[in-house]
Amino acid sequence: MYGRGLRALSISTVVAVAAALTLVFFYAPLEAEQGFLQKIFYLHVPLAIISLCGFVVGGVFAIAYLRTRDSRWDLRSYVTIHMSLIFALATLITGSIWAKGSWGHWWVWSEPTLVSFLIVFLLYATYQPLRFSIEDPERQARYASVFAITAGAFVPANFIAVRLSTQYLHPRVLGSTSNLPGPMALTFLVALGAWTLLFVTLCKYELTAKHARFQLRALRRRLAGEQSRPAPRRRSAAPEPGAGPAKLGARVAGGGASS
Amino acid sequence: MNLPLAEIPALPLHTAGKYVAAAYIVAFVVVLIYVAIMAIRLGRIERELGELLELTEDDQLPGGRPGDPKATA
Repeated sequence: MYGRGLRALSISTVVAVAAALTLVFFYAPLEAEQGFLQKIFYLHVPLAIISLCGFVVGGVFAIAYLRTRDSRWDLRSYVTIHMSLIFALATLITGSIWAKGSWGHWWVWSEPTLVSFLIVFLLYATYQPLRFSIEDPERQARYASVFAITAGAFVPANFIAVRLSTQYLHPRVLGSTSNLPGPMALTFLVALGAWTLLFVTLCKYELTAKHARFQLRALRRRLAGEQSRPAPRRRSAAPEPGAGPAKLGARVAGGGASS
Repeated sequence: MNLPLAEIPALPLHTAGKYVAAAYIVAFVVVLIYVAIMAIRLGRIERELGELLELTEDDQLPGGRPGDPKATA
């Protein structure tokens, strides 16, 4: 189901990443102030944009879950947030390296852009432990969705608050890309597209792997015999489609005999 | 004879070079670690699939699954 088109997507990702790296190192001109160091811009900024957008998309998937109670939306929300967290970690590390090269410090605590991004990262770092702390799959999905929506709404609010601040060292990118010379803007857009493709491909890989595992488990249960008691679900932060709402659906269909 | 790589303009890898290299290497290492984790998971799925295949093959044997009470009765 999730694996459809994965090969084409993987090939286009490899091509796009190769094209982006070629443009970054052999086409985009050197920036007048920072020189070669500015090449980090084509990696760091797209990673930051993608991770923040990923957090918001995770919130949108969570809304879809709460509306439909279809656990596939919960799985999508979980995978998107999980991947965004990895991209956010890469953003923090690459940003720190750029700061060291540019400002001479690994981290500047008085800089609102850096601190606000760290706050968003730490906020989402609690998502997995929150899921893991709840054993009941249905409750886990519900609480995680509420968290994803609330935190997802916090991301743009936080972004606007930082934009309104006046004291900053960090360069502004969005809204000022028109100031970039043509080759730099083109390189930036290609890099943004390439890293977005990488994000989508990795999410699709994760979804496919999880779905294959769930199908294997279901097959194992079926082969073990319907009379035998199903093995208890191992506590996990990852959602399992069919574990929660499907059971709920079965109870409703059965007339709610257990209540 | 000039190799094609020799035609590519040299990258200005002076003081800033190590920071740029470090940033891009970090990004690729993160992706590489992720791919390695995916490979381990794929190996696990493959192993489980093999076990299930063995299970179905045992079921199809004339005597049934070894240790199955229905097979001996």
